[in-house]
Amino acid sequence: MRYFLPIWILIVAVSIGVLGFRESVLRKPPIEVFPDMDRQMKFRPQVPNEFFRDNRASRLPASGTVARSEPRRNVAGGAVVYSYEDHPVNSGKMTGTTNWVELNPTVIDAQSMARGRQRFEINCLPCHGPLGDGNGVTKKLGMAVVATLHDPRIVKMSDGELFHVISNGRNLMGPYASQLAVEDRWAVISYLRALQFSRLGSLEDVPAQFRASLNK
Amino acid sequence: MSDIFPKWTNKLPTRVIAGALIAGTTVFAGITYYATPKYTRVGYQPVQPVAFSHAIHVDQVGLDCRYCHNGVEKSWYSNIPAASTCMNCHNQILANDPKLALVRESYNTGKAIPWVQIHKTPDYVYFNHSVHVNRGVSCFSCHGEINKMDEVRHAQPLSMGFCLDCHRNPEKNIRPPEQVFNLNWHTNEAAQLQLGEKFVHDWKVNSSQNCSACHR
Ligand code: HEC
Ligand code: HEC
Ligand code: HEC
Ligand code: HEC
Ligand code: HEC
Ligand code: HEC
Repeated sequence: MRYFLPIWILIVAVSIGVLGFRESVLRKPPIEVFPDMDRQMKFRPQVPNEFFRDNRASRLPASGTVARSEPRRNVAGGAVVYSYEDHPVNSGKMTGTTNWVELNPTVIDAQSMARGRQRFEINCLPCHGPLGDGNGVTKKLGMAVVATLHDPRIVKMSDGELFHVISNGRNLMGPYASQLAVEDRWAVISYLRALQFSRLGSLEDVPAQFRASLNK
Repeated sequence: MSDIFPKWTNKLPTRVIAGALIAGTTVFAGITYYATPKYTRVGYQPVQPVAFSHAIHVDQVGLDCRYCHNGVEKSWYSNIPAASTCMNCHNQILANDPKLALVRESYNTGKAIPWVQIHKTPDYVYFNHSVHVNRGVSCFSCHGEINKMDEVRHAQPLSMGFCLDCHRNPEKNIRPPEQVFNLNWHTNEAAQLQLGEKFVHDWKVNSSQNCSACHR
């Protein structure tokens, strides 16, 4: 006992010294204690795979691929439009032409406005600011050029051209097609129009019973 | 006769038993403390190829998680953003900074950035982000205070016990849907329970404990 106890205490102390405590920073991948079927012969999204030249297990669709599946939601007039069709909802252009469509071809209601506001605040607010005036946080942190969306040129832009700018980007602004679904892009445009309108309206546009509360 | 068993042997059985008890308890304590994901996983913080900081981008710049992890509401899988997402800002901000060299290379050549995956459930677990996020379970519950981390670290064990703790009592963690992505939102326990119970009832939340919910 005289020998056993000190030796044992030493062993325990050394193991704690080596293993450390819970929650300490570990730089090496965690050990899998019973790795029975933890890692199987299948690929998860975004993992590397040497078989393909670009080293990605998740394949990108071949360029020009268009999804068929479900028709678009929310098209004005209840039209059934699929994503591969040449229709203003998909392209922002009048069918069969290269002219921008003037008006948003989706249904605009309280729900799509709320959705548009939410998506605007996620995707556009960092640069264009909550009011769309180009004073987002990034301006203070080193972004030199940001457009104000109240610029008369942009206010006059057709909805179809706005759709094109969001989908493909323009000059220094990146494309948002991979972040925003087509329906969401149109919802963002509706909300953006509301923002622009908020600066262009006059007192006469406010319903009579609310005017007094604005006269301050 | 006393020569065969000297006197000290009288105490031998008790000593052996005491020694075995001490050794047994420490080994048992060691295994319960160390051989669990609370030790093996929590604190895992690999060195990432690009010194990307959630603290800067979420807390300082104020980006929403969905600006980058835009699949999290729609899919089981929460994607890591493509380099083009970073370049939306970094084409102007720190445009020539060596810290972002890999990002620019990936953007220009399409080569993937070798991010190290931190959270990784075993392949026999079928986890799903969208069910949780759309039902008021915040990123905070499973990933901790990402918005304060300069380097992402594994904050929760993500063991089966951890999942079931919440699946048995979801009301402790369900928050209003608009606060899911706001990791700074906290209430006290009583208010949380009241809110949670209301949501569980109103939305008919059914966080299943069937094996087949998570294992197939
Ligand atoms: C990463 C920052 C950033 C984000 C996020 C961003 N933009 Fe922009 N946007 C810019 C910059 C920079 C310009 C100016 C481009 C130029 O003139 O070079 C711009 C210009 C524009 C223009 C004017 C294009 C023109 O013809 O001059 C529109 C319209 C626009 N953005 C809409 C949006 C909408 C809608 C969103 C949200 C989906 C959005 N932006 C998100 C940075 C951003
Ligand atoms: C500017 C883009 C951006 C934003 C905004 C962002 N993330 Fe991330 N996130 C990343 C990148 C890039 C990685 C991979 C590098 C890393 O792990 O640090 C990542 C990694 C993660 C990981 C670890 C992934 C793994 O490998 O297991 C988690 C968890 C995470 N983010 C959660 C969040 C949460 C929660 C928010 C919102 C509060 C958020 N992120 C906002 C870009 C972003
Ligand atoms: C909304 C704009 C925005 C986006 C999108 C963005 N960043 Fe940043 N990033 C910033 C700002 C602002 C800074 C701070 C610049 C400064 O400190 O001067 C920054 C700083 C950085 C830094 C330097 C950090 C340091 O320690 O100084 C790195 C590295 C970085 N970002 C990587 C990324 C990566 C990788 C992505 C894509 C996943 C990304 N950023 C997306 C705005 C952005
Ligand atoms: C209910 C728990 C839970 C919630 C809530 C949750 N996550 Fe996760 N997250 C996980 C688990 C488990 C994994 C590991 C998944 C896997 O093995 O592929 C993970 C993985 C990730 C990854 C890494 C994916 C990869 O394979 O590289 C990211 C990024 C991520 N989560 C972001 C988020 C964001 C952003 C939110 C909030 C909007 C969130 N998570 C909410 C449990 C959760
Ligand atoms: C913080 C609470 C919380 C945690 C932690 C959590 N879950 Fe859940 N989970 C829920 C809730 C709430 C639901 C029910 C959603 C609903 O009613 O639609 C759910 C639903 C699910 C479902 C869908 C079940 C079905 O019936 O289709 C799966 C699968 C799942 N969780 C897996 C996991 C796994 C795996 C983990 C651990 C990595 C985990 N969850 C951790 C709260 C949680
Ligand atoms: C809420 C989701 C969830 C449910 C429900 C669930 N499990 Fe699990 N289970 C997990 C997760 C996550 C792991 C991985 C644990 C880890 O890696 O630490 C796991 C791991 C396991 C393992 C492997 C343990 C090991 O370490 O090798 C077994 C066996 C298992 N589960 C059996 C079951 C059985 C039986 C049931 C039904 C009574 C069940 N599980 C229900 C999430 C779940």
